[in-house]
Amino acid sequence: MNLADHLPALQVIVPLMTAPLVILLRNGFLAWLGALLASLASFGLAILLTVAVLGAGVPEYAMGGWQPPFGISLNVDGLSALMLLLVTGASTLGLAGGRLSLRRDIDNRRAPMFYGAWLIALAGLCGIAVAGDAFNVFVFMEISSLATYILIAAGRDRRALSAVFKYLIIGTIGATFYLIGVGFIYMMTGTLNFADMALRLGDVIETRPIIIAAGFITIGLALKAAVFPLHIWLPRAYTYAPNAVTVFIAACSTKVAIYVLLRFNYGVFHGNLLAHSDLFTVFIIPLALSGILLASAIAIYQGNIKKMLAFSSVAQIGYIALAAGLATHAGLMAAQLHMFNHALAKGTLFLCVLAFVLTTGSASFSNLAGIGRRMPWTMAAFVIAGLSLVGVPGTAGFVSKWYLIVAVMGMPGWGVPLVMAIILSSLLAVVYLWRFVELAYYGQPPDGDVSRMEVPLPLRTLIWSAALANIYFGLVPQLPLALAESGTTTLLGGLLP
Amino acid sequence: MKLLGLFNYWVFAVLLMIGLYALISKQNLVKKIMALAIFQSAVFLFFITMSRVDEGTAPIIQAGVANQIFSNPLPQVLILTAIVVGISTTALGLAIVVRLHEEYGTVEDDEILAMDRES
Repeated sequence: MNLADHLPALQVIVPLMTAPLVILLRNGFLAWLGALLASLASFGLAILLTVAVLGAGVPEYAMGGWQPPFGISLNVDGLSALMLLLVTGASTLGLAGGRLSLRRDIDNRRAPMFYGAWLIALAGLCGIAVAGDAFNVFVFMEISSLATYILIAAGRDRRALSAVFKYLIIGTIGATFYLIGVGFIYMMTGTLNFADMALRLGDVIETRPIIIAAGFITIGLALKAAVFPLHIWLPRAYTYAPNAVTVFIAACSTKVAIYVLLRFNYGVFHGNLLAHSDLFTVFIIPLALSGILLASAIAIYQGNIKKMLAFSSVAQIGYIALAAGLATHAGLMAAQLHMFNHALAKGTLFLCVLAFVLTTGSASFSNLAGIGRRMPWTMAAFVIAGLSLVGVPGTAGFVSKWYLIVAVMGMPGWGVPLVMAIILSSLLAVVYLWRFVELAYYGQPPDGDVSRMEVPLPLRTLIWSAALANIYFGLVPQLPLALAESGTTTLLGGLLP
Repeated sequence: MKLLGLFNYWVFAVLLMIGLYALISKQNLVKKIMALAIFQSAVFLFFITMSRVDEGTAPIIQAGVANQIFSNPLPQVLILTAIVVGISTTALGLAIVVRLHEEYGTVEDDEILAMDRES
């Protein structure tokens, strides 16, 4: 075996092994540099894996040479590759753009520990994407969650502490529910490997433990993914976390839970439980719809830009859940595309917020009035990413909204009401974004000072590359499309039209 | 007899509900952490019970003993990992409670919420 065969394992090992080294550095700048290099290396590995998936495919990796289903296996398909790109990309964006902001938020003495926790969170999230069995997914999920709690609570805002406590309680309930579900499945099938589970479930089909397991797993993961109304931990956690941490977690942590949800509900249950698609659809679509509409409406009434974007995230999770709940090939494609495009848009938006807070010191609307005239470059990037969030043609958001609407129209009977809900919610998104844009360009700065004060050039370049990526993937969406297509095919195994 | 045979599963369900109830109803953050520990312990019990095989003993191969029935060791190993996760969660939760107490001077959820609203 050469090194290229070990890519799936390296994806987890590189950040996990760098974390203790970073802690040993004892210097804020060196620790940041080490974490950034490890994160870049992970991003490189994710790109190599993506190329391999789109080419000949990545063979199943047997950890330590123990063959599955007895050994631990790592699987990388189109969906995993998409998640890996998201997670490592968001981490790199957060670290590269967050240097100045984190230097202000984190004590220099504690900084090495903080970057260590960041890398452990990255390792956990990558681990979820590559793991081929249900229990490893649980362990990686808890590794990443515990590290994420530390990251959120690391800043100077004391409200982050009560927010993270709530997140810890709800996150642990979600993970424990998931574990109970896995236990029921293990009881009936004697296996934890996803592929093996899908085969063996056929023998115990429609028994009560399996249906209960499906319920526990779906609810547990919906808690982790912040599907409305299980989202109550999310807005405060995103708002009071250090800005760079928000860039990282808002772009990927809830999407990883959706990834596991897709893997379980479509990879494992769908082919086996007869009424699964009906049950799942009936459960998830009303929740997704209320999330899309209510969370967008709540976002309009926020006075803090981070909180507004956090509620917008809850609404966007609703779109992804709606697409996934359709239980069709087109729906799953749309769900994966929207995961990718929303992460791109939200990452850019939170990066712009980071720049605003860096120069003005606060994320409240009253403080940011007139910011568009003072920081024109950053504000322009914010507008581009905002257009992508709304779904304007020419941006990445349009591609996934288009796929979502096509998928919804394929539903006999309720296609039209669903499309109307999607369009209404997009209009609500225009309203809440316009509120900020208007304030930023036409509002009067609190101290009447309209002099230019841009962030340093490297950060501005990064913000603009992220904003341009939103346009690039809107005009040339081949990469996410190919990954979503390949991921959907593996998930369904040709079961759905 | 069937009821007694499922005794452990009843205890699992009852413990799980005690934990969940206390998580929702208690305002004291330390009590919430205790409830979380009960909630997780219930799941440990569930896995351990499921691994038991009638007449089975600890899965250790001994020289000269053949045809021995063993309990399934895998769930026990899984739970060993889950216990570690549970301890880490409890430790981190308590650390956050300590920080909360430093910042707010109280460990009651409603009082902290009231202070957050004022600021």
